[in-house]
Amino acid sequence: MKVYLDNNATTIVDPHVFDEMEPFFVKKYGNPNSLHAFAGETHPQIKTAMERIYAGIGADRKDSVVITSCATESNNWVLKAVYFEQILTGKKNHIIVSEVEHPSIIATAKFIESMGCKVTYLPINSEGLIQAKDVRESITDKTAIVSVMWANNETGAIFPVEEIGAICAEHKVLFHTDAVQAIGKFPVDVQSFNIDYLTMSAHKFHGPKGVGALFMKKGKELMPLFHGGSQMGGHRSGTLNVPGIVGMGRAIEEATKALEFEMTEIRRMRDAFEDELLKISDTFVVTSRENRTPNTILISFRGIEGESMLWDLNQAGIGASTGSACASEDLEANSVMDAIGADEDLAHTAIRFSLSRYTTQEEIDYTLATVHKAVARLREISSSFAYAPEGHESGLAEAH
Amino acid sequence: MGLDSLVGGTIWDEYSDKVTDLMNNPKNMGEITTEQAEEMGGKLIVADFGAESCGDAVRLYWAVNPNTDVIMDSKFKSFGCGTAIASSDVMAELCKYKTVQDAVKITNIDVEKAMRDTPDVPSVPPQKMHCSVMAYDVIKKAAGQYLNVDMETFEEEVIVCECARVTLDTLKEVIRLNDLTTVEQITDYTKAGGFCKSCIKHGGHEEKDIYLVDLLDEYEKEKMVAGSTVGGAKPTVDFEKLTILQKFKAIEKVIDDNIRQMLVMDGGDMEILDIKENGEHLDIYITYLGACSGCSSSSTGTLYAIENTLQEKCAKNIRVITV
Repeated sequence: MKVYLDNNATTIVDPHVFDEMEPFFVKKYGNPNSLHAFAGETHPQIKTAMERIYAGIGADRKDSVVITSCATESNNWVLKAVYFEQILTGKKNHIIVSEVEHPSIIATAKFIESMGCKVTYLPINSEGLIQAKDVRESITDKTAIVSVMWANNETGAIFPVEEIGAICAEHKVLFHTDAVQAIGKFPVDVQSFNIDYLTMSAHKFHGPKGVGALFMKKGKELMPLFHGGSQMGGHRSGTLNVPGIVGMGRAIEEATKALEFEMTEIRRMRDAFEDELLKISDTFVVTSRENRTPNTILISFRGIEGESMLWDLNQAGIGASTGSACASEDLEANSVMDAIGADEDLAHTAIRFSLSRYTTQEEIDYTLATVHKAVARLREISSSFAYAPEGHESGLAEAH
Repeated sequence: MGLDSLVGGTIWDEYSDKVTDLMNNPKNMGEITTEQAEEMGGKLIVADFGAESCGDAVRLYWAVNPNTDVIMDSKFKSFGCGTAIASSDVMAELCKYKTVQDAVKITNIDVEKAMRDTPDVPSVPPQKMHCSVMAYDVIKKAAGQYLNVDMETFEEEVIVCECARVTLDTLKEVIRLNDLTTVEQITDYTKAGGFCKSCIKHGGHEEKDIYLVDLLDEYEKEKMVAGSTVGGAKPTVDFEKLTILQKFKAIEKVIDDNIRQMLVMDGGDMEILDIKENGEHLDIYITYLGACSGCSSSSTGTLYAIENTLQEKCAKNIRVITV
């Protein structure tokens, strides 16, 4: 059996989405900016897609929802444009981000920090949450922008963006939120409170890879990151990714339709799965369910290194994820486990299961049975529960 | 860099079949209790290395025959990834029926080679080499416990890159002989820095005493002082431009390379106490150690030799004063 429980990394493309994209590869391949019928035949569906994308996040027609290649581009765009417009010019000297942002925010913040900008990295509390009061305390009259993700990719923790948005409005500081993990998980409406910029990515909600967007509120348009042929109204040059745009349009419409299902059925399936996992001794889940996206579980199994757990799951055909050391190129521990101040022995033990509307109960049952077997086997191997003769002083706490 | 670095495969794709098999069915996984060791007529040694908080930890059990020092049985328990578990298993296997003194000669490279399917294809991807080092460290720890000595005593040389076991001496020599200027070059020549990358610079997975970038820096400075890569250098303006701390380091380097060895051969040594800019002179206050202190030539021939060398290699205005 093959089971995909890594939907916070990427998702299967909805077959309706695929069908709608398909004609734009071989049949309607024109460049929308050309002056002939090949271009013209792409226009109706691009227009429909754009309207669906605007509707999907509640954007006003006067706002700009600019299509990009991915969320990483959108996030880079926001911070780098703010750097060029406000930091480099000396108007402001400070930005605020959370310490658990996606690498496309963290690494970009570090880059502009290296160019002389001050950066505050907001901490998360033991619940895995950002606190709005920390934003208030960090803002200065030289702060250019606050960027805080709507929901965290690792834990699913939902951050208080409404409060943070209000604080930013009060201080006349720009506010950006990376909503990559929010869209399709719960309602996202850019009009409901103060949001200047919002990042999204199609492949996280059953759309294609290689297409995302940046929402910019009317009057808050940023300088372009990509200069060139002035596509997207000059905001983002580059030949339009027609199939991508069409796909994202359909995907966000389907995701909106499925929201109710996501928030009730998927949540119920996730909760029941989590209840069962927590019956295993020495387990620990990060962030309470009320403050979490309905599809995500970040769970730690004491004494089992994350990659070895992924190994056993993978041997059984199950795909999950870990931010743990050995599974990544750079051998670094899960940043969230570290940031919530979890017992340091748990830093390398976290496993993330992320469901989608395509996950079935049968798959969950199979995964649960596999987890039980894996925990038994790997704890048997683990030094954490191993025998030691009387008087043996454990050397397993020593750093190396 | 280049094509291979653009789109990485998953690290598991690079595991050998042996690593996969051992991860799925480790053969020497288990414990030896005090009673079991006694039944075999052996002494139980239990050694730990690593920490869960660092991502890998291993406990090694040996039953050692106290008369012959032979390891009669060897088992392990491990918190870690596939490579850590597989290499712990191989390490425990390699220890069996060896004397403790021979077991400490097993290195992480032996362990890695034993996991290969074919002799010239590595059994694990480069960044996983780090996980096998722990298997080597725990042997030293166990042997140290059995022989009642510190585990450091088994390490005769200073190892800078533990994954590839490259010594400080080797690195210094290779850098100098080939006039290396980048970490990539060092990796090409010695493999050092090509695995977990902790030894390249500060801030990697593991904290180190010596980093490759420091060695390159040191060599760079040495070249600057010498004015050329070959010996017999003339004083250069570069030395004048150094800060006082850099001057101190440059002078120390010249002493290390040209003078200290000569003194040590005679059972002595020297130490720089201070450096002061005194008008047009640069005064270097030194003291002699060991056999040098009290030696008649220390205030004459030896002193002139030191002064001449420093004047030649660093700056003409140097005066050496003994304290």
